[in-house]
Amino acid sequence: MKAKRSKAVRYNKWGYIFLIPFVVTFVIFQLIPLINTIYYSFFEYFRSGLNVIGPNFKGIENYIKLFSNGDIWKYTGNTLIIWLMGFIPQIIVSLLLAAWFSDPSLRLKGQRFFKTVIYLPNLIMAAAFAMLFFMLFSNSGPVNSILVSSGIFEQPYPFLDRVWTTRSIIAFMNFLMWFGNTTILLMAGMMGIDTSLFEAAQVDGATSTQVFFKITLPLLKPILLYVMITSLIGGLQMFDVPQILTGGNSPANTSRTLIMYLNDNLYSKNYGMGGAISVYMFVITGILSLIVFKFTNGKKK
Amino acid sequence: MAVKSGNKRKVSKGIGIGARRAIAYVVLVLISFLCLFWFYVLFINATRSQGDLARGFSYIPGSHLLQNWNNMLHFPMISMMTGMINSIIVSLLTAALCTYFSTMTAYAIHAYDFKLKNFMFTFILAVMMIPSQVTVLGFLQLVRGMGLEDNFIPLIVPAIASPVVFFYMKQYMESALPLSLVEAARIDGSGEFRTFNSIVLPLMKPAMAVQAIFSFVSSWNNYFTPSLILHNDKMKTLPILIAQLRSADWKEKDLGVVYMAIAFSIFPVIVVYLILSKHIVQGLAMGSVKG
Repeated sequence: MKAKRSKAVRYNKWGYIFLIPFVVTFVIFQLIPLINTIYYSFFEYFRSGLNVIGPNFKGIENYIKLFSNGDIWKYTGNTLIIWLMGFIPQIIVSLLLAAWFSDPSLRLKGQRFFKTVIYLPNLIMAAAFAMLFFMLFSNSGPVNSILVSSGIFEQPYPFLDRVWTTRSIIAFMNFLMWFGNTTILLMAGMMGIDTSLFEAAQVDGATSTQVFFKITLPLLKPILLYVMITSLIGGLQMFDVPQILTGGNSPANTSRTLIMYLNDNLYSKNYGMGGAISVYMFVITGILSLIVFKFTNGKKK
Repeated sequence: MAVKSGNKRKVSKGIGIGARRAIAYVVLVLISFLCLFWFYVLFINATRSQGDLARGFSYIPGSHLLQNWNNMLHFPMISMMTGMINSIIVSLLTAALCTYFSTMTAYAIHAYDFKLKNFMFTFILAVMMIPSQVTVLGFLQLVRGMGLEDNFIPLIVPAIASPVVFFYMKQYMESALPLSLVEAARIDGSGEFRTFNSIVLPLMKPAMAVQAIFSFVSSWNNYFTPSLILHNDKMKTLPILIAQLRSADWKEKDLGVVYMAIAFSIFPVIVVYLILSKHIVQGLAMGSVKG
């Protein structure tokens, strides 16, 4: 008995050994950078011309500057608006498609084809996709050429020089890139619902619309919340598409996102301010993740 | 007991099943069109000459495919071919390290009982959501401090710690890796490391394939971090070159060539995806059902 026990213990030290690569990599490439980022956010540390100023400890001065000059609120607002403009159609379309795909009475043919197609945009390089849309929606691009030659517009419309068309294109691209992923997640959720509930509803004479709103949707709430928060976390990281579509110069900066703001500070080597922006985003995503975490843990029980 | 479980055709209220099916097909076709149209335009425009493109849009391919291809390869300043090779190197190595070590981490948590096991599991789940952009400032300082700017190492090695891939592997192991197998290997005198490599890894192949594809693609598409680390033209990956095309003074550029460059960086992924799509879409569902 004793021998067996010590043998098990001897094996179990391998648990630690197999964890070494993860832990070492995590500490070096994520934990230390995170601590460093937080550390720099309390310092005055930037480049002015050829001179490097700092690092001088300044307490929370960077944060005061960040929150009082208003840019951060504007860019947070931009990010949230564009996210929401993409998320609302995304959740509606995904719910609809997921309901159809998982409805056995519909027996849709070609499901694999459709699933393959709707997931495709998710794998496309966002940088190249944004460059493509930049070319397609430019004044002499194909979209304007189609609109003019078919007589819808008299002259090319400057899509990327207008606030709402620029935002809409970014939101539309986000929608295209993510609705397939959301559909598959929701479908998995719908498949998990006890089929006897649907049968009971049908025996009682419920229509498919009633079934969807009275049974499917309420039971799907946890997954919907999960999808929404993870999408919001992803939305806050929006960078490639707006950066390349607008080249960093949207009309009056109305399509500048938080990460684009951070990126500017990294390029101008303003590390103090960059650190403060990072910490601000870290706190927001931290709170959002905590909600997801609580939620997925609660779900298991 | 008139309605048996398989028989659901008795929905007589609301819209009929035929009409619902028709609506579903129409919407699906429209949405598929919305997904594919842009790539069709990209393909068409990559085959057309500058003068042809200036004349407006056409639904028929042009005749300049080879010429655009040649001109793209001889772009001044921007070498798409070098970018392609760099992207392949970085993405392949990232995918290999990421899947191998994530499986190893998952195995550590799945197969062994040790004091910190639950703590580590919770910890990895907790850090899963931290976006890499949030730590990038400190990351850049670290990379500069280690003299690793213009080097692929800071793009590849961090993939060893990928909480999302770890989580997927852990989920898959719960259904696909009976611990009795590991016990049997021990009785046969196999060492723990060898057991992992020769028994666990083969059983994990389907999950590893799915995750290898995903980590390859996300590394292939990554623009933010590489653009901050790679400055030397010989080291740049495709997304950085695409961004350079955007900021270049491209009024004088041959637009057909720019379309070709975009196609060049998108189509390899599309082709691989279409070949493997069956496994990918299934694999996605597999991971999320259990999640």
